[in-house]
Amino acid sequence: MMMFDYLANPTRFRKITTAILPVAVLVSAIALAFGLYLAFLASPADYQQGETVRIMYIHVPAAWMAMMCYLLMALSAVFYLVWRHPLADIGARAMALPGAGFALITLLTGSFWGRPMWGTWWVWDARLTSMLILFFLYLGYMALADGFERAERGSKPASLLLLVGVINLPIIKFSVDWWNTLHQGSSVLRLDGPSIDPAMLKPLLIMALAMLGWFIAITILRMNTLIMRRRITNLESRKSWS
Amino acid sequence: MRDLSPKAKRGIAIVMVISALGLAAMLVLNALRDHVVFFYGPSDILDKAGKGQIVRLGGLVAENSITSLSDGVGFTITDGNNAIDVVYAGVLPDLFREGQGVVTEGVLEADIFRANTVLAKHDETYMPAEVADMLKDQGVWKGQE
Repeated sequence: MMMFDYLANPTRFRKITTAILPVAVLVSAIALAFGLYLAFLASPADYQQGETVRIMYIHVPAAWMAMMCYLLMALSAVFYLVWRHPLADIGARAMALPGAGFALITLLTGSFWGRPMWGTWWVWDARLTSMLILFFLYLGYMALADGFERAERGSKPASLLLLVGVINLPIIKFSVDWWNTLHQGSSVLRLDGPSIDPAMLKPLLIMALAMLGWFIAITILRMNTLIMRRRITNLESRKSWS
Repeated sequence: MRDLSPKAKRGIAIVMVISALGLAAMLVLNALRDHVVFFYGPSDILDKAGKGQIVRLGGLVAENSITSLSDGVGFTITDGNNAIDVVYAGVLPDLFREGQGVVTEGVLEADIFRANTVLAKHDETYMPAEVADMLKDQGVWKGQE
């Protein structure tokens, strides 16, 4: 809470994030170069799926990011609804587009993976359907948040939508345990340890780091842009009054 | 409630709304359990599938059960307890083989399941082929063949 209050000052926020930004970009760029090299050249093919398994190194980190991003947006929504701080609202708005992008990447790469391995582009099983719902939640949030003449009017309904949608996150995560699905179970985040060979886990985690760094950088840029845009709008409305 | 600050009230309202929605979602999903599952195993399909109704049957392809028939391919789907014979005319996915998980869609006739689609289901184990061979050599192989 102290940290949140500390960061809540937009000028201080700008100063801190400007310092974080180059670090995030650098980490992301290095991890991406190394991760792509490992994922597509230096990692072994799977005993069962062959070379197709390499889609996993994009698909799985993107899915993690899509879910983490939504969770962060829902937490921002709580901060905004309870403490009414505009920066929390700006945070959620800034994360929505990259989050939707990650969800879309997950769905597309999953489809490209499903075709050769399962024999289908798409099925309506619980995992795939709940992931599609997550993508629609992102789209719904953006439509609602930006659907008003004055941006701030959309903040409250959009934040409520985020809170309602948060129920979808455990459904996505545990869908493969609760119901029969075509999608396989979790390989990394499971109770009895990863069921994935270390040689394949390493590129997966490095790709996740690359996406995380990119996400932090893009969120910082988008938040600072939104802060400035709000300042401009406020100045303009003040000018038109005088 | 009267003494609470507006912030605390809003916080409590949010916690209550999320708990209520979570509970509602749990009840709905539990009630729709039979519709959320993507397929039935050989043990439940007899109870769940109506006559002539299109359903999905999933399980492992039984060892030594794949036979080529005049009207396609025949194999047995098992869950360890029960098994059902499947007949299918069409292209099989690359991962289709004995011991592999599959999900088929079709109609349950008298004692055979006539499938229109066969999808392969793979498990969540990933490893290089060399590691898989090594595990098989050492006799500690637990995965699919």
